[in-house]
Amino acid sequence: MSFINYSSREINCKIVYYGPGLCGKTTNLQYIYAKTNPEAKGKMISLETETERTLFFDFLPLSLGEIRGFKTRFHLYTVPGQVFYDASRKLILKGVDGVVFVADSQAERMDANLESLENLRTNLKEQGYELDNLPYVVQYNKRDLPNAVDLDYLKRYLNPTNVPDYEGVATTGVGVFDTLKAVAKQVLIELKRGR
Amino acid sequence: MNSPMVLYEAEFKQITTVCDTLHRDASAKAVFLVDKNGQLLANSGDTADLDTTSLASLTAGNIAATGGLAQLLGEKEFAIQFHEGEKDNIHISLVGQRVILVVIFDERSSLGLVRLRVRKACLDLAGLFEVIHQKASEQGSTVFSEITDDDIDNLFGDG
Repeated sequence: MSFINYSSREINCKIVYYGPGLCGKTTNLQYIYAKTNPEAKGKMISLETETERTLFFDFLPLSLGEIRGFKTRFHLYTVPGQVFYDASRKLILKGVDGVVFVADSQAERMDANLESLENLRTNLKEQGYELDNLPYVVQYNKRDLPNAVDLDYLKRYLNPTNVPDYEGVATTGVGVFDTLKAVAKQVLIELKRGR
Repeated sequence: MNSPMVLYEAEFKQITTVCDTLHRDASAKAVFLVDKNGQLLANSGDTADLDTTSLASLTAGNIAATGGLAQLLGEKEFAIQFHEGEKDNIHISLVGQRVILVVIFDERSSLGLVRLRVRKACLDLAGLFEVIHQKASEQGSTVFSEITDDDIDNLFGDG
């Protein structure tokens, strides 16, 4: 849920990166963090296990500039992708304004993608949201890997509603900012509509 | 369903006044008010050296996790949390299901005093947030209903 503060003239919105384990959600945030001017970003927080798997969430506050004198700030969160962290994933979806689904393009991760997407829909419903009514973007990550499956195939199964989607290589930054911009823009358009 | 929380100047001043009073009466180092979704709403006291944005996000995560624990145990919620450090302590309480009041204090205060003052502040804040929510739902439109598609495009033009 976005937060508009007339006193400090700020608009804050929450974007959640969702997807199966090791699909590159944290890598997306790390790339954004590395490539953003220091004055536009806050500290990136990663609550992770000893093996650098996300335990609870990653968090990155980002300023995108001003609209009509209001500073627009986006809080980016990732969820832990591993199946057994479902309770944590539900918590992080609370108050979400926009969702990025990061898919793993590798053939052997197709089942994990589908399971995670289904899990996203279910968990959003529990919080009273419908994915189809939310600002939502899909990123097909790891396009550089030799075992990446055809884009058409990914689109057919992971983006049946034809939302904006991007090919990504999060490690080198391909598609990372395109994805972020697309979801942020949708969030602002939704706010404009007064939702 | 997902209407934004809107804080206008007048209400912002009122909640800041409550935070200032609590900061003073509880002899606290700092007082924060955080939305359950991790947005910092107001703060008071010695906050210059603190990363307030991170603090807000982690507090909300903490409250969310504790709420999950409560549900597992069949409790509605755990309304109060207290973390004791070597020098600084942190007292976290839920106000009206929606916002989180955080008090950071050291040896100049005590848990008993903080709890006492927090109780009063929670009552004041709960009343204020009733008004804030009512106002937000009545007024509906925000600054955002006036912006154009071009405004949004411009924001991303040079990104």
